[in-house]
Amino acid sequence: MSSIFGVPTQALFGQLLIGLINGSFYALLSLGLSVIFGLLNIINFAHGALYMMGAFVAYFLLQWAGLGYWWALLLSPIVVGFLGVVLERTMLKRLYHLDHLYGLLLTFGLALIIQGLFRNEFGSSGLPYAMPAQLAGGRSLGFMFLPNYRAWVIVFSLATCLATWYVIERTKLGSYLRAATENPALVQAFGINVPRMITLTYGFGVALAALAGVLAAPIYQVNPLMGADLIIVVFAVVVIGGLGSIMGSILTGFALGIVEGLTKVFYPEASNTVIFVIMALVLLVKPTGLFGREK
Amino acid sequence: MLIRFAILLAALLALGPAIARAQISDGVIKIGVLNDQSGLYADLAGQGSVVAARMAVEDYGAEKKGMKVEVVFADHQNKADVGSAIARQWYDVDKVDLIVDVPNSGVALAVSQITRDKGKAFIVSSAATSDLTGKACSPNTIHWTYDTWALANGTANALVKQGADTWFFITADYAFGHALERDVEAVVLKNGGKVLGKVRHPLNTQDFSSFLLQAQASKAKVIGLANAGGDTTNAIKQGAEFGIVKGGQNFAGLLVFLTDVHALGLQTAQGLVFTETFYWDLNDRTRAFAKRFAERNRGIHPTMIHAGVYAGVTHYLKAVEALKSDDGTRVIAKMKEIPTDDPLFGKGTIRADGRKIHPAYLVEVKKPSESKAPWDYYKIRATIPAEQAFRPLDQGECPLVKK
Repeated sequence: MSSIFGVPTQALFGQLLIGLINGSFYALLSLGLSVIFGLLNIINFAHGALYMMGAFVAYFLLQWAGLGYWWALLLSPIVVGFLGVVLERTMLKRLYHLDHLYGLLLTFGLALIIQGLFRNEFGSSGLPYAMPAQLAGGRSLGFMFLPNYRAWVIVFSLATCLATWYVIERTKLGSYLRAATENPALVQAFGINVPRMITLTYGFGVALAALAGVLAAPIYQVNPLMGADLIIVVFAVVVIGGLGSIMGSILTGFALGIVEGLTKVFYPEASNTVIFVIMALVLLVKPTGLFGREK
Repeated sequence: MLIRFAILLAALLALGPAIARAQISDGVIKIGVLNDQSGLYADLAGQGSVVAARMAVEDYGAEKKGMKVEVVFADHQNKADVGSAIARQWYDVDKVDLIVDVPNSGVALAVSQITRDKGKAFIVSSAATSDLTGKACSPNTIHWTYDTWALANGTANALVKQGADTWFFITADYAFGHALERDVEAVVLKNGGKVLGKVRHPLNTQDFSSFLLQAQASKAKVIGLANAGGDTTNAIKQGAEFGIVKGGQNFAGLLVFLTDVHALGLQTAQGLVFTETFYWDLNDRTRAFAKRFAERNRGIHPTMIHAGVYAGVTHYLKAVEALKSDDGTRVIAKMKEIPTDDPLFGKGTIRADGRKIHPAYLVEVKKPSESKAPWDYYKIRATIPAEQAFRPLDQGECPLVKK
């Protein structure tokens, strides 16, 4: 068997694929953050908490309404997205004319409160959520065993990411959105309801986070802390990709998943740190991030 | 005249410290529960340990005996620096006499050293590293509930004897994981088994797929999980996804708590074999305790950690009452002197190295069909008698033990 740096190539392929799967979570979350930052200028620190709520809503649907995974995949983003709309209407919209820092502080505080409430109620070890029967099991790819569910995650999140990118960059609706971020007053003069568009955009970004939460529920425990663990990494991904860049955050999400996966083979102790090292390096060389534009 | 005066003075000086010590400092016995209140170890220790400490104080009837006891708690966030800062503040400013619990071996080792420097008392229930009664043993520290040696001895011995003789370790990368891996590896090798590989992951890892893949590729019969809490549950849950057990490999959860099994659900956890020193459904006394405890702890039944805090505090109060003093070093010495007796661990002793001695149990997680009630999770497969459950006194390299 051939090997690279003492690691068999077969194992390496497996790790690359695993990295891609984790990368799809990063991509989905950083995409939501990017959309929100790009259009609202809010650094949404509550994103991790909303991702966690997405998983919890899936759990509640199963426990209380008997609705399984597929329903959760549809309903949970709607429920949490609606909550996002309420947040935007009641709190965030008051901050648009202020410095980024205020939005960051508000959403960070919200995240702490939401997480604290859930932890008080459900403890910190998490709740079990079963794999949907249709996606249980897996197949051998020769070089690794690929669980069906992970394959589904990668396909589904890639499709969602590309659809989002298409809507924002290539459709008329997207062009309104982009125009509204450049000059809201002018767009409004053309008869477009800009405040409503911004509200719905925030709701959509939040729904993406909830969707990632539902996707994560069968893999990880449904845990009040699941968002807190992830959000810092995702922010690093967004910073590396360049704040506000849609394609940048998708590509960086997948790429950093792979980098992290490889680190787990060559030097596993550093797997939690490697993304931050890359972030520091990127910021030194290109402060706007890899795909970011200077404003 | 001058000579008589000098003798009197000398006598007073000699007596002085003794007089000062033979009382409760500032009139209050203050117990600090220091643990993880918010992170991955918050359910297996956390508020439950605070409840257990309070119950111990109430059940002891401290108030009726005229002892004023106060229980405080704090969150060390699994950071040794945060834990050390709290311990210093408690000892120096807040007049705390005893610190209990302290999950996370890294934090516990630091607090043990501080306790020794300040001459206070420390009863460990959560932290696992057997170094606390080995190289790092202290005259001010008692290790109550379990340790990595006992876990290795219980679980690995049983598994290797059943023919599970090749191992791969997935280890949490800090003091606890390293100690557990070392102690288990020693047992595996001693019984003629082999270790095919190991991988170390950072504390609080979400995704284990990469490590599971490496474990799968090693073709080891057993994948030993030298981690705890959320790390263990995530690894086992994702192991099921990757078909580890279906592929003929087995997990050895080297440290699994009741709350972990609850979090996994019996469907995923069934068949796991591991070592505990306490289970709530052992006898009438433990059941009665569990019932009272659960009512005060959101329905969560006690883990062995909670039981250890309860029993440790009970024995501490006994020693304080006997001594009529809460001087840390002397109370710990007294605790070693008098035999222990509590409703949860039964009769036992504390050795010179600070190791509390009691039986351990090899348990197996029930199938969903075998479980009759909520929290009915374990079958006791074997009882390891007290004298075999822990590392022999002469093998620990504890400097306190005279050769």
